[in-house]
Amino acid sequence: MGGATLLKETGPREVFCGLTSIVWLHRRMPDAFFLVVGSRTCAHLIQSAAGVMIFAEPRFGTAILEERDLAGLADAHQELDRVVNDLLNRRPEIRTLFLVGSCPSEVIKIDLARVAERLNGFYQGRVTVLNYSGSGIETTFTQGEDGALKALVPLMPESQEEQLLLVGTLANPVEDRLINIFKRLGIKKIASLPPRESIDLPSIGPGTKVLLTQPYLTDTARVLKDRGAEIIKAPFPLGAEGSRLWMEAAAKAFRIEEALVKSTLEPLLTRARKALEPYREKLSGKRLFLLPESQLEIPLARFLHNECGMKIIEVGVPYLNRELMQPDLDLLPDETLVIEGQHVEKQLDRVRASQPDLVVCGMGLANPLEAEGISTKWSIELVFSPIHGIDQASDLAELFSRPLHRRDLINHKSLAQV
Amino acid sequence: MELTLWTYEGPPHIGAMRIASSMEGVHYVLHAPQGDTYADLLFTMIERRGRRPPVTYTTFQARDLGGDTAELVKGHIREAVERFQPEALLVGESCTAELIQDQPGSLALGMGFNLPIVSLELPAYSKKENWGASETFYQLVRGLLKDEIPEDKNHNPQNWKGQGRRPRVNLLGPSLLGFRCRDDVLEVQKLLGENGIDVNVIAPLGSSPADLIRLPKADINVCLYPEISESTCLWLERNFGMPFSKTIPIGVGATHDFLNELHQLLGMPSYQPKELGTQSRLTWYSQSVDSNYLTGKRVFIFGDGTHAIAAARIAKEELGFEVVGLGTYSREMARKVRGFAKELGLEALISNDYLEVEEAMAKSSPELVLGTQMERHSAKRLGIPCAVISTPMHVQDVPARYSPQMGWEGANVIFDSWVHPLMMGLEEHLIGMFRHDFEFVDGHQSHLGHLGGHQSETNKTTEEPSSNTAKTAVSELDPIWTPDGKEELSKIPFFVRGKIRNKTEKYARQIGCRKIDSETLYDAKAHFKA
Repeated sequence: MGGATLLKETGPREVFCGLTSIVWLHRRMPDAFFLVVGSRTCAHLIQSAAGVMIFAEPRFGTAILEERDLAGLADAHQELDRVVNDLLNRRPEIRTLFLVGSCPSEVIKIDLARVAERLNGFYQGRVTVLNYSGSGIETTFTQGEDGALKALVPLMPESQEEQLLLVGTLANPVEDRLINIFKRLGIKKIASLPPRESIDLPSIGPGTKVLLTQPYLTDTARVLKDRGAEIIKAPFPLGAEGSRLWMEAAAKAFRIEEALVKSTLEPLLTRARKALEPYREKLSGKRLFLLPESQLEIPLARFLHNECGMKIIEVGVPYLNRELMQPDLDLLPDETLVIEGQHVEKQLDRVRASQPDLVVCGMGLANPLEAEGISTKWSIELVFSPIHGIDQASDLAELFSRPLHRRDLINHKSLAQV
Repeated sequence: MELTLWTYEGPPHIGAMRIASSMEGVHYVLHAPQGDTYADLLFTMIERRGRRPPVTYTTFQARDLGGDTAELVKGHIREAVERFQPEALLVGESCTAELIQDQPGSLALGMGFNLPIVSLELPAYSKKENWGASETFYQLVRGLLKDEIPEDKNHNPQNWKGQGRRPRVNLLGPSLLGFRCRDDVLEVQKLLGENGIDVNVIAPLGSSPADLIRLPKADINVCLYPEISESTCLWLERNFGMPFSKTIPIGVGATHDFLNELHQLLGMPSYQPKELGTQSRLTWYSQSVDSNYLTGKRVFIFGDGTHAIAAARIAKEELGFEVVGLGTYSREMARKVRGFAKELGLEALISNDYLEVEEAMAKSSPELVLGTQMERHSAKRLGIPCAVISTPMHVQDVPARYSPQMGWEGANVIFDSWVHPLMMGLEEHLIGMFRHDFEFVDGHQSHLGHLGGHQSETNKTTEEPSSNTAKTAVSELDPIWTPDGKEELSKIPFFVRGKIRNKTEKYARQIGCRKIDSETLYDAKAHFKA
């Protein structure tokens, strides 16, 4: 057990629901479509979270429930068939269709698994229909990806072959880079989930060793384990040290000689430390408060403390999976306050009382805190930016030092006097 | 069931939030699952508000559903009242809570608070955002004024004459996330002031429940945004006998008509317009010879009802455009828009589906699109210039500068913001036309780089020979990109790629490296960072 102090809090929350994951999942798998079965609120949420990415015809949409759908569920099923049919006629390039459950569809108990089964029978392999829930009553923000990946697992072909499976969405260039380094370590077969094409699913079996790239894949990890895979325990690959431990854990699982690991990673680490130095200077000693949102909070706190010298006031997480988080928790400094759940008002009271130098929070809270004179960093940016791996450590640090740098550049006092 | 990719309006509880957030002293307890808090970012990001919306979300989860959600709601209401001490409380539910039927409004009314509580019923599966805003504003005004309704409905809008004061009016409808409401309110106040009319209350934007109680003290109501305030104006007319104005002062003609209407309603001497063109520059700018270019430009218009109708009138009567399409997403305004379209010899497009709108847009082959953010994106795809005239909007539609749509200055803003994209379109067209001229051939130098350009004039004698020799020398030493390096480079976004390429080559030269692979690229990146 590490040094962290784990507490729970309940009350009003300020977090996205799992539907938000669609915003990056649809970009990862361009041949997949995400159809939310929900309300106008769901449609409005995704488009608001997606913001400016409105230019292309999106590969996600919402089948909006209307009054008559609520009146008779049989009709709702027929209606859904019709909507799917229209959609697939318009988008014949779609190979995988995810039916995504929402709060209203869960509450009125539309059985999307049954719908998916019926539609699969109807389309006979032309398109694969899957389902998962991104509802706010069951999932937060990044948990939606967990649901989507879990839905893909049963379709993965069986194989005994030894391979490394990277699980969790990464930016493509970062993924290429990580694969490149693993190849240099001598790991021959490396695959990814989610794949870049939804129909190009990796195989799975007792030879598969899974390295999670993201900390929010609890259910996916469990079903991969059920299919015989081994889950490699490691801190998450944020920061140079975290990424080193993450790669070393994989190397160890593949019985790779320590000397080779060292000679491969050491130059990268030296370079990363050098690149981190200017940000470390900026961030060192600065006080950080992380509000719960993306589940990346614990590994981020570990990186920002251990590698950038920040002081951690509080780490909020929407929920805590001890098993997956333990390696990161162990690396946190003693008595770091980790709060699972949220009472947003009380938490903001604590933010104000502690006057941190930087707060990591959601977009709804950022400007109000800035207006109170507290610098912020949007957590949503962290799920869109290439931040994983040793080579990205300085970019990750830069994301956090930018708001502080900006504050130094703009002289608030003199502006306020104008 | 309706397939929606992008939606023009949010659900009705977003409308209620717009009213609560526009006001002071109002708090809204919203029974809603976690996730619905995304709505805060509409206000803090699009409007750049430095304050959280005054909303407490109950953020219930699946595990709460097995237990007593009613108690959960009451707990949140109690805490919100204690913490925020509102003057009035709104209580309602979002789409999911509507299905659970906890009746949060009734629960709140039964808790014995000594403050006005308005229970909102906003059917999420049949109504939308603007309706929700309108209903919330109406319910709030009704809730605060229902005990003040006079027996005698003989409200006289000319009372000001006998009371030795200037006439005064309420400006109803401006709200957050409305199109340019912040500046419209200032412009209309200025306009009224110049005409000797005072403003009693502006609501909901910037008002408090106490201000709403003062509404009947005005002589008439000005309904600025019918989408939000028409139902309230109708109720005040029915119950307090207060008439309200129907003209929306967007455009020179409409502003003129608006002042006329107000003068008549208030029994003022008839409005004496100043010489045409002295109040808004739009009139002269449109008349000036430069604007011949605008004649008969085909324009497609889509937006909320108010802004779409206003735009069509300006386009036709004030800029000499040809309106080739007119429509709205707002069902509540469908009748008005249909009527106006008929006058233009068009059939109005009433639709929620942005793809249907895009199709109609493409079919009518316009030269300018006036629409919402959706139409801006569609127009971009079709390569047609576009100006945004209505919500839904993005952060760039909430400009820092003063940019109303209403009144004389509003007409100036409209002239600029519609004509500018047309001119940019013309510029692009010209570039296309001259594309094959030798000046436009790829690799051809700009005037700055030409021999004879003013910069090279001074430099050519001294620097040219040396730079020639330097060039050959450099090309021998230039590092070569390996396929691996090139591939890595190609992954860098195009807009920074050139910079990264140069820096990497500079770094390679510095360290005497002849072959640039992916490692060199990362080395260079780290080198320049440090």
